[in-house]
Parts: sequence; structure tokens; C-alpha cells
Amino acid sequence: MSEAIAFYTLAALILGFAILVITARSTVHSVLFLVANFLFVAALYALLGAQFLAVIQVVVYAGGIVVLYLFVVMLVNLKRPPEVHKDPHRRSRLAFVMACVLLAEIGAIALWGYARPAMTATALATPMTASQNVEQVGWLLYTTYLVPFEVASMLLLVAMVGAIILARRDL
Amino acid sequence: MITPAHYTVLSAALFVIGMIGVLVRRNIIVIFMSIELMLNAVNINLVAYSSQLHNAVGQVFAIFVICVAAAEAAIGLGIILAFYRNKETINIDEMNLMRW
Amino acid sequence: MVETLVYPLIKIVFVLTGVLITVMYLVLLERKVQAWVQVRYGPMRVGPHGVLQPLADVLKLFVKEDITPVRADKWVYTAAPIIVLVPALIAFAVIPFGSTVHLFGQTIPLYISDINVGLLYIAAVASIGVYGIILGGWSSNSKYPLLGSLRSSAQLISYELAVTMTFVTVILISGSLSMVGIVEAQRKGHVWFAFLQPLACVIYFIGALAETNRAPFDLPEAEQELVAGFHTEYSGMRFALFFLAEYANMIVVSSVATTLFFGGWLRPFPNVAALRFLDVVPSWAWFCLKTFGLLYLFMWIRATFPRYRYDQLMRIGWKLLIPLAIANILVTAAVKVILG
Repeated sequence: MSEAIAFYTLAALILGFAILVITARSTVHSVLFLVANFLFVAALYALLGAQFLAVIQVVVYAGGIVVLYLFVVMLVNLKRPPEVHKDPHRRSRLAFVMACVLLAEIGAIALWGYARPAMTATALATPMTASQNVEQVGWLLYTTYLVPFEVASMLLLVAMVGAIILARRDL
Repeated sequence: MITPAHYTVLSAALFVIGMIGVLVRRNIIVIFMSIELMLNAVNINLVAYSSQLHNAVGQVFAIFVICVAAAEAAIGLGIILAFYRNKETINIDEMNLMRW
Repeated sequence: MVETLVYPLIKIVFVLTGVLITVMYLVLLERKVQAWVQVRYGPMRVGPHGVLQPLADVLKLFVKEDITPVRADKWVYTAAPIIVLVPALIAFAVIPFGSTVHLFGQTIPLYISDINVGLLYIAAVASIGVYGIILGGWSSNSKYPLLGSLRSSAQLISYELAVTMTFVTVILISGSLSMVGIVEAQRKGHVWFAFLQPLACVIYFIGALAETNRAPFDLPEAEQELVAGFHTEYSGMRFALFFLAEYANMIVVSSVATTLFFGGWLRPFPNVAALRFLDVVPSWAWFCLKTFGLLYLFMWIRATFPRYRYDQLMRIGWKLLIPLAIANILVTAAVKVILG
């Protein structure tokens, strides 16, 4: 019961802030709504029992990536007026139609696929045991998925070097 | 009773909102942020099923998605900055250097 | 039901009140300590030996005029001090102030909550605190605050890396991410982690000085530079919130250092039976003693060292502390593997 209240509240806040992200007039406000969105997504992960991922979401996504966006927005936005929409109506109507079709399709797949008898029995009963969540994730990362882990570290190194080179003045 | 189907519908709605942002907005930074919304939608789906099947693989996958999103954000913003220094614009309608 | 709702609420009220009063008197203590180092008396007028000075300060800040700069972004300008203060206060949710206390027949643990990722929660909260500084400077629509906020936030995110890496070494030797688990690991290991990891302790302390914008890393907000940095345009209660947040951050950082490196609430030599007479001092008193010792160290350093220039500051963060912290992780992990 309390889980249902928490889920619906968080879902409403997540979707509300997401809509505000794409419709805000000022880019800085968009970025701030994105931060709020990510914080509520982290709360949703905590509700699902993935505490490690929730904190990682806050540290990396909300506290790292979006700070990067904010810096770039501030550097770019210093004297700009809000963007001028060129012919917004035609594109946005098509976009809305595509979005509604996609949402209807995915929603139908989710609800129909879940109504099949094999899956209805196991609802989202108990989240994973709390004290073992970090250990489980860590164990998987360092044994079964060690190669993707190392490749991800190489990826981040390459991205770091690339970003430093791209941001230099004498490109 | 909250089933993974609920989480999938939430994730689909968030994905669709991100998609609308990418298609409608002209400011390239807002387009990048909408891409981040889509990646988050995928993460929510992964974690919901990981929680239902009591297997942490979904969360490990979500961690890798966050890693890749970080790398992509860094490079993308570097490209935006380099472009802005040259053409003084962040409106993608004006980023048409390679058009004939 | 009562336990899960009422007890934490009471604890939260206690902790917040305690923190706010401590912050007020920390301001006075800082002025007094600096004064004594400089062979003068400090505030002496208001109350005996200046003890009521914080009340006078609070009153002054309350009645000051509230100015908003022209063409400043109203919402963000109002929200920035709040975004700085809230992370500083919610970090107290996982800090263990003591072991347990027996009141009214109940055994009450002296922490608000003990989540299994407590140390990462502190790191998460610290990374959210950067937003208030960026937004405070940007929303003031004025050059000095913008420059000050960019410098300050760049400094914060640089030193945050080194600090988080020292967390990794502590987690390696304690085997637990929860704050209570780390203190228990120090009790079982019969040694404070400051003696097992001296380098990590020093790196953490220097990083903490930079994280809280304290001297010698306080270039972004010193009065002689950039007027007053990112809070130039703020006056009255909003400035009070920034000030409060800085001192609350200091207390958080000192508490975390006490928990991670100096044994938390444990008395010296907790397993030696001969020193059992020291148990007359309650656990929270040991914690407060150690935290205030570290806070005094903060103020002592401020009164002693000159300020670093901004490029020197960034050089120390990136070229000195981060490689040292990474090397520390490597050595610790290697020793742990070798010793089994």
C-alpha cells in the first residue's frame, strides 16, 4: 500500500519534471529540472531495493554529468536571448503523433505481456535483501562481468582524453 | 500491487518524453538532455526487472549505461563547445556546415 | 509504527537544533581563536566575554534589507542558498554520534539512520552541494559572483575526486560502506584507521579544507579577492544561509573524519580492560571531543597559513592529491591481497 503511494508519487514527479525539462524556456531552468528528475529516479531505485545504484545515480548523474551540462550552458548562454522557434507547429505535431503511437505500442506490449499466466504470480514482492545489495553488485562486476568493467574504464579514459583535446582553444 | 509492468509503462512514458524533446527542440543542449532522459528510462526498466527476478545483473547493466552516458556527455559537450567557438550558435538548424 | 516514525523525528529535531546552535557558536569560536592567535581578545562586549555575540549577529542578519539585483533570475536567486544549505544538513542523517543510550527503558541508537551505503550517501550529498554555489554566482547577474562561483565550483569538484578516493581505501580495510560498520571495524581491529592509513587521512583533511572553501583554499570567497566571491550580491537572511551552510559543512566534514579515521565514538583503546574507568565518559562525548578537536584544527590552520593562488590550488588538487590517492589505493589493495 505504502509502496503504491510512493511509486505513484515518484512516477508523477519524474514525468512532471521530464515534461518541464523539454518545455522550459530558459536552458538553465531545463538543467535544474533535469537534476530534480534524476534525484527522483534515484529515489525510485532506492524503492526498488537497488541502494547502490541509487547513490551512484546521484553521485555520477546528478552530481557529475548535469554539473557538466550546467557549466556548458553557463559558458554558452552568457548573452543569448531565448532560442527562436522556427516553424514549430508542423514538427511538433508530427512528433506528438509519433510519440503517442510509440507509447501506445510499448504500453500495450507491457500490459499484455504481463497478463500472461506465467508471470502474474510473482508480483514485485520483496526487494533484494538490503545488506547484500552492494556485495551482489560488486561480486558480479568483478567476476562475471570483469571484461566489460575493464573495457568501460578504457572507454572513460578515451572519453576524458577526447574531451580535453576538443575543449582546447588551438584545436 | 506494483508490478514490473507499471515500471515499464513509466519507463516508456519517460522514453517518449525524451524522444519528443529530441525531435521538437532546436537547442542542442536540450537535445542532449533529452537523450539523457531516454537513457534513464532504459535504466528504470532494467532495475525494475532486476528487482523482480532477484538478480543483480540488471543493476550491473544499468551501471554500464551510466558509464557510457557519462562518456557520451563529456564528448558531446566538448563538440558543442568547439562548434560554438567557431559558429557562435547552438541552434541545430544553423549547424549545416556539411550541407551542399 | 511509533518506532519507525516518532523516534527518528525526535532525533532529527535534536540533531538539527544542535547543529544550528553549534554553527552559531562556531562562528564565535572562530573569531575568538583567530583573535587569541593574533594576541588580542576578539568579541568581548556582548555578554560576558562575548558569549552572546551570535545572538547579536543573528538579529542583525534578520533585520537587514533583502536586495535582489536587477535582471537576476528570481527563482534561481532565491533557491541557491537553499540548495547549498539542504545538503549540508541532510548529511547528518547517517553520522553516528554515539553507540546507544538508555532512556525511559528503551535502548536508542545515537544515529538517525544507518543505511548500508552511508559513506557513498555522504559523497552524493557533497556533490549536490556544488549546485548552490554555481547557481548563486550565475543568478546574481554580475561579474564578480560569476567568476567566484566558477572558480569555487571547479575547486570543489576537483578536490571531491581526491576525497572520494580516500573513502575507497577506508572501505577496502573496513569491508563495509555503512558508517556504523566502519566504526565497528575500528573497534574489532583495535586500531584507529588514522594509524593504518595516515596518507589517506592527510589527503582527506586537505581535501576537506578545499571542499568547505576554508583557508588556505578560500580564494573564491576571500574579501581581498573578487569582493566576496559567489555570495557578493546576497544580503540579510540569504547571506546567513550561505554562512550557515559553510559552517555546517565544516561540522559534517569533521564528523566524517572522526568516524572514518579517529574511531568515531570509541574511547581510546576500547578493548583494553585496564582503561575501563574511561567509560564514565559517554560515547557521544568522545565523538564531540574528537570533532571539536578537528574543528579547532580547521581554525588553527586558517589563522596560520597564507592563501593559495588559484592555479596553485588546482595544481595541488590534480597533480598532487589525486595521484597520491590512487597510489594509496593500489598499495592498500596490494597489501590486503598479500596479507589475505
